Amino acid sequence: MTDVLIVLFGVAALAFALLVVLLRQPMRAALALVAHMVSLAAIFACLGVHVVALFQVLIYVGAVMVFMIYTIMLLDDRDTSYVHPFSRWWVAALAVVACVVASLASLLTPDAAPVAAGNAGFGFVEFSVQFMTRYWFHFEVATVLLLIAIVAAWTIVSQRE
Amino acid sequence: MDEYRFLIGLAVATFGVGLLGVAIRRNLLVVVMCLEILLNAVVLAFVTFSARAQALDGVAMTFFVYVAAACEVALAMAIVVLLVKRRGSLDLAAGNELKG
Repeated sequence: MTDVLIVLFGVAALAFALLVVLLRQPMRAALALVAHMVSLAAIFACLGVHVVALFQVLIYVGAVMVFMIYTIMLLDDRDTSYVHPFSRWWVAALAVVACVVASLASLLTPDAAPVAAGNAGFGFVEFSVQFMTRYWFHFEVATVLLLIAIVAAWTIVSQRE
Repeated sequence: MDEYRFLIGLAVATFGVGLLGVAIRRNLLVVVMCLEILLNAVVLAFVTFSARAQALDGVAMTFFVYVAAACEVALAMAIVVLLVKRRGSLDLAAGNELKG
């Protein structure tokens, strides 16, 4: 049953990602991106990694995408990029993307070496303990990075012409 | 095909779709959205490898990817608003000041 759900949400995630690229209006593309992220969160939940599934919904869908939708609503929808959404160089871009995907797919060898499986759980307790013991310095650096981003965004928006 | 191989294939395909969007779209906001698709593909690969190895390292890394994504969007949206104020357009083709 879990395998079927993973395939189902995987196909949905890929389809919504394609819609983000193909849809003309940014608002529709943003809603397709929300659906893509929710599909990925469902896959994470099926894998038993509930921490990341919750982060995906709370941080990405709840914060990042809401912020993006506010920006779309703030801007004018009579833009030239709405009339001509795609670049003239789409054939060259398609060739480059095909090369990148082919090179990445070639790493998916059928006889991958077996992994020495650990015994870590993916619950909130294990995650929190790891963050307070092993990753405490990275966590502090991340908070400083967030603070820098807030100050930088404020500086950009508040600068005068 | 086991589920982990399928998910890594899905991550590669999603990465390709995001890269295609960054390369061919002209709207600045949609390009930022396609960058988010790229980050999502990376997160999917991290979680899949982490679930396969039953280790928390990949899951911890996703937290830092989320922090980087939040910073990126906060700065990108501020820059988008500033660029639209100056150029009056979201079109990437309008940014040709550096063209020789």
